[in-house]
Amino acid sequence: MSQMTYAEAINVALHEAMQLDSSVICYGLGVTDPKAVFGTTINLEKKFGPERVFDMPTSENAMTGVAIGAALNGIKSVMTHQRIDFFLLAMDQLVNGAAKWHYMFGSQNSVPITIRLIIGRGWGQGPTHSQNLQAWFSHIPGLKVVMPTTPEDAKGMLLSSIFDPNPVIFLEHRWLHSSIGEVPDGDIRVPLGKAKIVKSGKDITLVAMSYMSIEAIHAADYLEKQGISCEVIDLRTIKPLDWETLMESVSKTGHLLALDSGFSTGSVAGEIIARVSMEKFNALKLAPARLAMPDVPEPTSPALTKGFYVRAADVAEKVMDMLGKDTGQVRKDLTEPRPHDIPGKWFTGPF
Amino acid sequence: MVHPVKNSSIENSLNLFHHMYRIRTVEEEISRRYSEGKMRCPVHLSTGQEAIPSTFALTITKDDFTVSTHRGHAHYLAKGGDLNAMIAEIYGKSTGCSKGKGGSMHLIDRNVNFMGTSAIVGNSIPVGVGLALSSKLKGTDQISCIFLGDGAIEEGVFYESVNFAVVRKLPVLFICENNLYSVYSNLSVRQPIGRSIAKMVEAMGIDMSFGNDNDILANQQLMKKAINNVRSGNGPHFLEFSTYRWREHCGHNFDNNIGYRSQDEFLEWQAKDPLMLLEKSLTKDGSDTTTKLSSIKEQIDSEVAAAFEFAETSPFPNQIEAYEGVYAAIEGVPK
Ligand SMILES: Cc1ncc(C[n+]2csc(CCOP(=O)(O)OP(=O)(O)O)c2C)c(N)n1
Ligand SMILES: [Mg+2]
Repeated sequence: MSQMTYAEAINVALHEAMQLDSSVICYGLGVTDPKAVFGTTINLEKKFGPERVFDMPTSENAMTGVAIGAALNGIKSVMTHQRIDFFLLAMDQLVNGAAKWHYMFGSQNSVPITIRLIIGRGWGQGPTHSQNLQAWFSHIPGLKVVMPTTPEDAKGMLLSSIFDPNPVIFLEHRWLHSSIGEVPDGDIRVPLGKAKIVKSGKDITLVAMSYMSIEAIHAADYLEKQGISCEVIDLRTIKPLDWETLMESVSKTGHLLALDSGFSTGSVAGEIIARVSMEKFNALKLAPARLAMPDVPEPTSPALTKGFYVRAADVAEKVMDMLGKDTGQVRKDLTEPRPHDIPGKWFTGPF
Repeated sequence: MVHPVKNSSIENSLNLFHHMYRIRTVEEEISRRYSEGKMRCPVHLSTGQEAIPSTFALTITKDDFTVSTHRGHAHYLAKGGDLNAMIAEIYGKSTGCSKGKGGSMHLIDRNVNFMGTSAIVGNSIPVGVGLALSSKLKGTDQISCIFLGDGAIEEGVFYESVNFAVVRKLPVLFICENNLYSVYSNLSVRQPIGRSIAKMVEAMGIDMSFGNDNDILANQQLMKKAINNVRSGNGPHFLEFSTYRWREHCGHNFDNNIGYRSQDEFLEWQAKDPLMLLEKSLTKDGSDTTTKLSSIKEQIDSEVAAAFEFAETSPFPNQIEAYEGVYAAIEGVPK
């Protein structure tokens, strides 16, 4: 067990995987540059050599196809993009190729590739550097979509993703990279497709993913002091989603608030509400609710992002409102931090 | 079925004839039966375009990788792909090479390292480059061959792929079959008049050669030289051949009547049909060769008939299989 940041945990997992299996390679823009993709790829080239760890041309689409072709001959690629938004140029190779290869060729070969994409919010990232498009990817049959929240899960799920025979979209929230936690040593595998109950409770189920799980935990801590017991579920994997854990929790609490870091329409939270309403209608004591980003591109100016993000205060207020409690005090207790658009004072930009 | 090339030039020509006649016969049999409605998927036939795949068939080895496009029947067959499994796939049968999940545009035969074809223009190009990267990583001498059309040259992914193959000096052979059309759009409305695709691509730092469809023996030399060059570690190579598709872009009919190309253009290309020209020149070689030609034809005719019989009599997949195979199962993970 060692204490480390989320970014370090990613780095440790990459070292572990490349050590375990010589068919694992790692590439992406900036993977070998001095910044090493927020430190996540540091020392990999030094340790494993330029054949297995390399920078690439700014060709997101072709380089995804390269990963597919290499996978067909047993190479496990971990591809990294510093922003999810850049990877949108690779939708053809991902959606028409990687996701369907196993199915459309009669299950004869598989495409074990891991695509690390960094999502985020805040600090002037603006409309095209801040998107949280997990819902897009989860819409595509054949893809797995993973969104770990803690350093331990980041390591364990990255290892599971790399050794999964399917294409995995691995989403890292920029606001989590510097969070610190205990991480077990060695080859730990956190299974994909299993949610984690990070806090059990009896009054309401809060389901979230990635950075939104952190806001949910803050809200739950606050609500506990107000006498409301929240069950917080960190989904960890968006596809395949752990419906069993979720349904069980809703059956117990009878209340559901789904949180999402993506845009509202067509969100994962929307899918969760649909399924729960269809399958657990009788267990619900109240209409389920959702908090997600507005259907608006994220603006750049700090003046425009004030009050723009879903925060613990929004979650707490929503829960109290749902349960018929007076919300008058919430925003006084949980004020928007200043500045409001960074994960902590240590964050000075530019990205 | 890859035939060893004998020294004798007649033997070589007979081998070329064998492959061309086999591809032609398969494609024409698909055409003949297509309107029966039992092949319920789009087909893009290579009738008229048999020469290049045939020279490929005689030079490539089984271990080399190949990927192709929507117009992939000829390449699959040239690489040695199983004929029965291809026809069964087009019929949507469980014995098909993709178990009925792919159809004509998703052909695969892993036994001969024919790694797949794609219905998306340009889509298989980087996949072929990735296969080349894998052989470099594994230190084998396998090369990776990528068939593509003149339309695929217009996709961005083509340039991305060539660039990466060049910068990493990967063992890739790009084989561009320039048949002048992307669906019904002539090259003249898609690319500047007078452009040589091969020369344009050469400017990216890749060796290239260009061949005219009607000179099959010269093209065979180009194909051999290119494959040898790539295999010797000289980096990627781009081959462009001019050729012409006889039938409609997609489907089994002729379509010279609909107005996007002229009957004259079609007839001009038909007059220089490499299959017909080769047969003519071979029959000049005397009765022994003529007898050999007849026996090749006879053998292929019955092989093709048997393949259709196989497809027709094979069972359909079970309905439940539609829902299977979305994910590959997790096997023992390396520890
Ligand atoms: C990305 C994409 N755009 C358009 C199409 C429609 N389409 C199917 S085949 C084809 C023609 C491509 O021309 P070319 O590459 O020259 O191949 P050919 O059909 O001539 O063999 C087109 C445009 C497609 N399948 N994929
Ligand atoms: Mg064409």
